[in-house]
This record gives sequence, structure tokens and C-alpha cells, in this order.
Amino acid sequence: MADDIATSEPAAEPAPSPQGEQRPDPQPPVLRIENVVKTFGSFRAVDGLSLDIRAGEFFALLGPSGCGKTTLLRMLAGFEAPDEGRILLSGEDIAQMLPHQRPVNMMFQNYALFPHLNVRDNIAFGLRRAGMPRAEIATRVAEMVALVRLEGLEKRKPDQLSGGQKQRVALARSLARRPQVLLLDEPMAALDKKLRETTQAELMELQRRLGMTFIIVTHDQEEAMTVATRIGVMNAGRLEQVAVPRRLYEEPASRWVAEFVGDINLFEGEVTAREPLRLRVATATAGELVAAQPVAAIGEGRVAVAIRPEKIRLALRRPAGDAAAINCVEGAITDASYLGGKTVYKVRLDGGAVLHAAQANTARLDADGYGLNQRIVAWFTPDDCVVLER
Amino acid sequence: MPKPSRLSRFNVASLSLGLAFLYLPILILVIYSFNASRLVTVWGGWSMRWYHEFFNDRAMIDAAWMSLRVGATSATVATVLGTLAAVALSRGQGFRGRMLFSGMLYAPLVMPEVITGLSLLLLFVALDAERGFWTVTIAHTTLTMCFVAVVVQSRLVSLDRSLEEAAMDLGCDPLRAFVMVTLPLIAPAVVAGWLLAFTLSLDDLVIASFTTGPGSATLPIRIYSEVRLGVKPEINAICTLVIGLIAVVIVIASLASKLSSDRGESAAPL
Repeated sequence: MADDIATSEPAAEPAPSPQGEQRPDPQPPVLRIENVVKTFGSFRAVDGLSLDIRAGEFFALLGPSGCGKTTLLRMLAGFEAPDEGRILLSGEDIAQMLPHQRPVNMMFQNYALFPHLNVRDNIAFGLRRAGMPRAEIATRVAEMVALVRLEGLEKRKPDQLSGGQKQRVALARSLARRPQVLLLDEPMAALDKKLRETTQAELMELQRRLGMTFIIVTHDQEEAMTVATRIGVMNAGRLEQVAVPRRLYEEPASRWVAEFVGDINLFEGEVTAREPLRLRVATATAGELVAAQPVAAIGEGRVAVAIRPEKIRLALRRPAGDAAAINCVEGAITDASYLGGKTVYKVRLDGGAVLHAAQANTARLDADGYGLNQRIVAWFTPDDCVVLER
Repeated sequence: MPKPSRLSRFNVASLSLGLAFLYLPILILVIYSFNASRLVTVWGGWSMRWYHEFFNDRAMIDAAWMSLRVGATSATVATVLGTLAAVALSRGQGFRGRMLFSGMLYAPLVMPEVITGLSLLLLFVALDAERGFWTVTIAHTTLTMCFVAVVVQSRLVSLDRSLEEAAMDLGCDPLRAFVMVTLPLIAPAVVAGWLLAFTLSLDDLVIASFTTGPGSATLPIRIYSEVRLGVKPEINAICTLVIGLIAVVIVIASLASKLSSDRGESAAPL
């Protein structure tokens, strides 16, 4: 846990972070975004955002469409200039620099391969502009072609390539100049699911091997969790939370993050008692729940208790003598969705709330599970609950 | 790439009807240009007589040469200006008065030629410009520039903006990005615009007759004044030569654009 906090905190120079903590970092960030604001007319696409990204990191900007993540990426690439704030790359302010002056490259969502050039010339394009000697260009291009496994396709034009091959060319082209930071704008949006999974794995492998800093923009949380070492969740031009994937899921900083990342059950209520390590919360729809004390201080009054569906266990009757089964709620099953690896049940609680409970299908020859309208007991431990401000 | 499927009977019929409609009159004109008879409508056997007559007709040759020079010069100037205007219109999303500018650019498309010709004549008279090659060339540039702009802009609109951004991202300043990436991709439209401008200029009678001066008649003016005195088979010969010239230009242009798309960057500028 302490490790997680360390990896998500900014460097020595005080800069506001969504976590609100400061901690000296031995390694200065390769990229520092300071209070950046970008408005389009009266719309604040990016609203006073600050973020530090360290060298060698695979950082994901995750958010719904229109949250400003692509605008932020375009400001890093130089296609938009921020109205306020600074963008420091290795200590140098690049906020007002033109795209071709920045040691940063971008891989475009639609790949933006030059249709009049073949694979080799596409990859060599940036190297030629940098004035690299011919022989060196040939070596570098061959290296890049091998890196993304495109051997034999060097003479092909983009329209003679499959979607996956185009994606590799775009990756090779943006990597060829060895940028300090590689920006990836929804790089896998156009690929089908199977291809996306293998590409994600290859991208991670590549990033580790090259030790480069990658920043990926995505609206696909599974993709962000798979590839990224750290994720910044954006909403309405601001960062809601910056954390490693596990923390983002298990310890969401706000109700918005909890609802955006994964599926979650939320019960609103009031704190009735504070015990040394626990909170008692009286909820209107699920009775009294006992939750572990949250990491961040929770104010008085109304809160929301959040439980992930897979943390909930179902049983036909109350587990007798199980000390962990403190939170027990009863209800009837209204819906069951079999999804292969798991089954998601919807349970209408006697209090009125609808609970989502995911049960792993661990045995092939298990019973059929629970049927519709079956009376059921759902239980979960205080540690499985996260208490959030409403 | 899918294999082209065979044409159905209906396709063949409609294609040959369409082509006949377009090319039958021209074919008749070409055949009659080899007519030995002095009468345009009576066939008198094969002969190259009217071609000899044309090449010995000093005034006609001068007019043809004048038309070619005016056409090439005005088409080139119009292509440069029209392409720049199209780029400004499709890329400068934000600038004020964009709608007004684009409306003003396209107005000459629908303006009656008589009005364009008359207003240009008044301008040249007011400026006390000596009328001749340059006044016709300027007049034809103003006429054809908007056609080039329309053709080039339609290509630019369908061009992915991120291609230019990718070029800038990979180290091109905006001008270089345009030359390295945008220009090769819109080249077919630019060539098409040039050809359109050239043929429009070659074809124009109204504006040229307003803006030209004594001793610098273009081919259409010359042909028109000849025809008023009665159609000579020599006209057929001239028209056949013009058709041949245009056909050659089009074949060269399409070969060049095919070559540039096959050869990749080596054929691109720079």
C-alpha cells in the first residue's frame, strides 16, 4: 500500500495533485503539467489540470467522451496551445512550442498513415525530416520494422495493409524518432477484441523493453487497467483520481470514480456510530451496514457505502457462526446473467434496493446456481465496503 | 481489392449509348476534316487538304498560338491562386467572414460571362491598359480560378486533417507539411483544376472578345469570325487538332498521376 502511494505522488517541487499529498521523489518527472486550462469558446475542456509523469511510465488517461482527455493529449503534442499553465518536458516549458519543435511523438487514433508513401517511407518520414544520414535511416527503419514484426511488408502502401498492420506501422513511425514521450490516442479503438488483447500485450512488452514513457488516452477502462502502470481518471476537464489500477478499483477517491470504474453497488445513508476501525451506516434501502473506516477522513452526515459485485457472497441461509458475515441482507433474485466466467445476479432487497452480485463459476459441473424469485441472503465483510462522501 | 465483375447487357447498352451521345458528333467532325470536298456536308473522298490549308493560314496559326499561350498562362496562375484560396477556405476554420469569402469566390461560377467581360473591359479601359495578350490572360484567370478552387476544395474536404498533423508531429513545419503531405495527395485535383482552367480558357469566346485588342485574336474569336462568312472545312481540321491536343494532355496527366501514386515519395515534390 505504501508503495502505491509513493508511485502516485508528485516530485519535490510542490504541485497540487488530486491526492493532495506531497512526498519527495528521488527522480524528477519527465513531464510536468501545471494548472493547464484550455477553453473552446465558453467551454472549459481542460480546467486547471496538474499532473506529473515520470520517465519510463505507462500512463493512461481514462475518462468518458468529452472529458478533455484528448484535448490534453493534443496540448502535449502541440496541436492545441493551453490558455493558461505550463507544460514542462525535462524542465523546459513546451506549452507554446509548435508540434515539430517538440521531442514528443503521437500515434493517431485513425493511424494517419500517409497514403502516398509505402511502409518504409512512412516510418522513415520523421527521420528524414530530422536530417539523419541515409545509412542510419535505413538501419533505424529496419530496426523498427523488426520491432513491430512487419518484415516483408516494407514496400506495401497503407491501403494494402490490414487494420492490425496499419496499427503497427503507425506505432513504428511514432517510435522511430525515439521521442522522450510517446502519446497514443485511442490506439486500439479500431481493432476487434481478440486483436486488441494481443496488441495490448505487445504494447506493454514493447514499452518495458524500450523503457520509454508512454501516455495513452482511452475510454476503455479494461484497456487502461491492462496496459497502464498508473491511471488518471478525468471528468469535466479535471483529474478525479490518479492511482495504480488496483487502487483505482478498490479505493476509489470519489463516488464519481467508483461509479465510472467497474460495476458497483451504492447505498446512501447516515453514519450512526464510529467505532475504532469501523463505521456504522444506517441506509434507507439496505438496513444498517458496517464498513471499515475509510482512508480519507469522512465528514459527518450523509455518506454512500460502496461494494463491488464480486465481493458479495450469496447463500440460501444466513451463514451461522461466520464472524465475517456482519453485513447480511436478504432479498429475492430478479435476474441472472450467465457470462461464462461468472454469473451476475440482480437481487431485490427487502429494503427496496437492487443489488448486483457476481459469482465466479469455479466448477464446471456446479448446480445451476440460483433461480429466479429465489429467496437469498447476500453478505459481505466490512473490509469489502468503501465509504464515500455523497 | 475486389475483382471487377463483368458488365451486364444493360451496362453495355447504357455505356455505349452514353458514349455515342458524347462522341458521335465529334467523330463526324473528325471524319469530315479529312473530306476532299469544298462543301462541308458533302463527302468527296479522303484528303489532307484542309490541314495544309490551315498550316498555311498565317492568321489562324497566330490565333491558335495566342490561345495556347493564354490558356497555359491563365490556367497556371489560376491553379496557384485557386489552390491557395481552397486551402485557406478549408483549413482556416476560424477566420472571420469565411462564409462571405467563400460565397464571393464562387460567385463568378454563376455570373453571366457578358457581365464579367464587360466589367473587365471597363476596368482595363479605366486603368488605360493596352488590350491584348495580358488582358485576356488576366480575364481568363479571374474566370477559371473559382473552378480550380471548387475542384481542389472538394478534395481537401475529404482529406483527413490528421495527416497534416502527423507530418507536423514528425518534424515538418506547417509549410513543409503542406508540401510533403497535402500537396501530393491533392495533386490529382490540382492537375484536374489546371486542365479544366486550360480548356475553359481555350473555349471562351465572350470574355476574350471583350478583353482582347486588335491583332491578338484568340482561336475561338478567329473561328467565329470565319464561320460568319460561311463554314469552311478548314474549321473541321482545326477542331480535330484541338481535340487531339486535349486528348494527349489528358492522357499525359492521368499517366503522371498514376505514376506518382505508384512510385510513392520519390515522385512527390522535394
